[in-house]
Amino acid sequence: MPTATPVQTPVSGPSRFEQSSVAVASDDPMTPSAARSGEPLPMTLGLAAAWMLAKREWVRFFRQRNRVISAVVQPLLFWLLFGTGLRGSFVGAGDQNFLEYFLPGTIALIVLFTAIFATISVIEDRREGFMQSVLVAPVGRWPVLFGKVLGGSAIAWVQAVLFLLLVILFGAAPLTASLAPTLLLLALMAAAMCGLGMIVAWPMDSTQGFHAVMMLGLMPMWLLSGAFFPIPAIGGDATVGQWVLGGIMRANPLSYAMVELRRLIYPSIDFAAYGFAPAPVICWSVTLGFAIVALWIAWRLMRGSRRADLIV
Amino acid sequence: MNREAAELTKTLVTCRDVRHRYGDREALRGVSLSMSGGEIFALLGPNGSGKTTLFRLMSTLVPIQDGRIEVDGIDTARDPLAVRGRIGIVFQSPSLDKKLTVDENIACQGALYGLSGKELRRRRDEVLTAMRLTDRRGELCEKLSGGLKRRVELAKGMLHHPRVMLLDEPSTGLDPSARLDLWQALRAMSDSGVAVILTTHLLDEADKSDRLAIMAEGVVIAEGAPEALRREMGEGMVTVSAGDLDAVERVLRDELQLPVQRAGHQLRIRSDRAATLVPQLAERLGDRVQSIAVGRPGLEDVFISKTGHQFL
Repeated sequence: MPTATPVQTPVSGPSRFEQSSVAVASDDPMTPSAARSGEPLPMTLGLAAAWMLAKREWVRFFRQRNRVISAVVQPLLFWLLFGTGLRGSFVGAGDQNFLEYFLPGTIALIVLFTAIFATISVIEDRREGFMQSVLVAPVGRWPVLFGKVLGGSAIAWVQAVLFLLLVILFGAAPLTASLAPTLLLLALMAAAMCGLGMIVAWPMDSTQGFHAVMMLGLMPMWLLSGAFFPIPAIGGDATVGQWVLGGIMRANPLSYAMVELRRLIYPSIDFAAYGFAPAPVICWSVTLGFAIVALWIAWRLMRGSRRADLIV
Repeated sequence: MNREAAELTKTLVTCRDVRHRYGDREALRGVSLSMSGGEIFALLGPNGSGKTTLFRLMSTLVPIQDGRIEVDGIDTARDPLAVRGRIGIVFQSPSLDKKLTVDENIACQGALYGLSGKELRRRRDEVLTAMRLTDRRGELCEKLSGGLKRRVELAKGMLHHPRVMLLDEPSTGLDPSARLDLWQALRAMSDSGVAVILTTHLLDEADKSDRLAIMAEGVVIAEGAPEALRREMGEGMVTVSAGDLDAVERVLRDELQLPVQRAGHQLRIRSDRAATLVPQLAERLGDRVQSIAVGRPGLEDVFISKTGHQFL
């Protein structure tokens, strides 16, 4: 989005409306818009609209400095506090201490938080009225979803990557060739989280409602993904509690992304020898499937719900 | 009439027997109207009269249930996206992104209507000049006054050169000078062949339109140019307020055989010889009345004569 630069317009006072009055007459050769042709906008224009909405997310995010800070500082604090506090009482796979174990979880938390706060803005957009002008534009609904997800996941991705690079720079995690697939995995996770956020945010008319769902649904999803504590084994001598918890955590699609993220950040440790660690192909497929399903449901929801259009 | 003039005053919106219900409540009970290019058409009515519902149907925000609305020959039910490309909408509640500048807001709007690059910049300069916003283009919208915000809204609505401009209560929250500006802008738009359609609950505002429809309880009760509607009401109107309205009404009706209409705390008498009636009434009623006023009938009188109650 071109930011504000003081521009001197060559057009002076008296000609105020003349240009547009000419253009309204039906033979304006420079009008590529649907206003003239009457055709629905083609795909490329929908993409341009989505791109603009994504850019808007980006600009808004960095203009609200407290959002930037809270999205990074909170997970960082979590990481340092829990990592240091539980250091002595935890030994993970490959003799990892908790600070090391919790690092992938912290990165997932950054993605989750940022994606959630990016999608929560749908509710604000609606309350502040911006959304109504988007909903009556001739581009339809998919650029709205696409723009939000693109903008939100780009913000989440950049923050997670910056955090990861910082951690590598300070030597808390090794720098290896698996950084490239890590970046891809993070992008996929960000898209999935944004899709999930849209599913929650779209039918809502208040941010309080979103917070309730976040605390009851999204945070437990993160907690039960192996981000904070290892997924219990469900072997012969497991207790009922371990069976239940282990079962839930195995059913959580985020668990698979976490396993793969952990493996990519610490490639030298053989996690399969220590507990739940499905093959990379399974982890990638589940994560990809999770993203696709979340976005598909969000899309169905946005197309179908006319009721939400009228929430102002 | 030559071809260009015919193009300018072509019928652009037709509503045929439009009905709409919200659950059990019937908001529109068969509305048929048509609006042409080059005119400012006001939908006047008190709250709950159905004008906002009609606005939402015309703007394709709400799908049509019964009846038919055509914009520039296109059925809103069949091809809402094509209709959207032809209408510019200014909502009652603001639709600006407050965290973005004026320029950025308009760029966003442009992307939603398929404008980009040089063409977008040209149109942006054009609407900013028309709305006299050029010197504020770099400012964040949250810093603008109410009148300026409304002008940005108008600039957004005009950007894609719509054939039809829809405005929902456009002068809400504007001070008198901002209102004057708004009407100048609307007049300039209609002069260029746009059909300007606005809803209002302000009588003096509807009076400034070229043609208006008065709505009450979901139907159009009067339609025409403001002067024509007033003329139907006769030359003069005498308004009597009194403490004991019942007694005064009896005197006027039974003894003086005058066509009295009661509206709220007033009695109204349509008369072509209002000036001679006043001393007669003053003498007959004495100090039973608080005031006797004589005036020319206004739109309120049209409303009262059709509905039997006051316009509020």
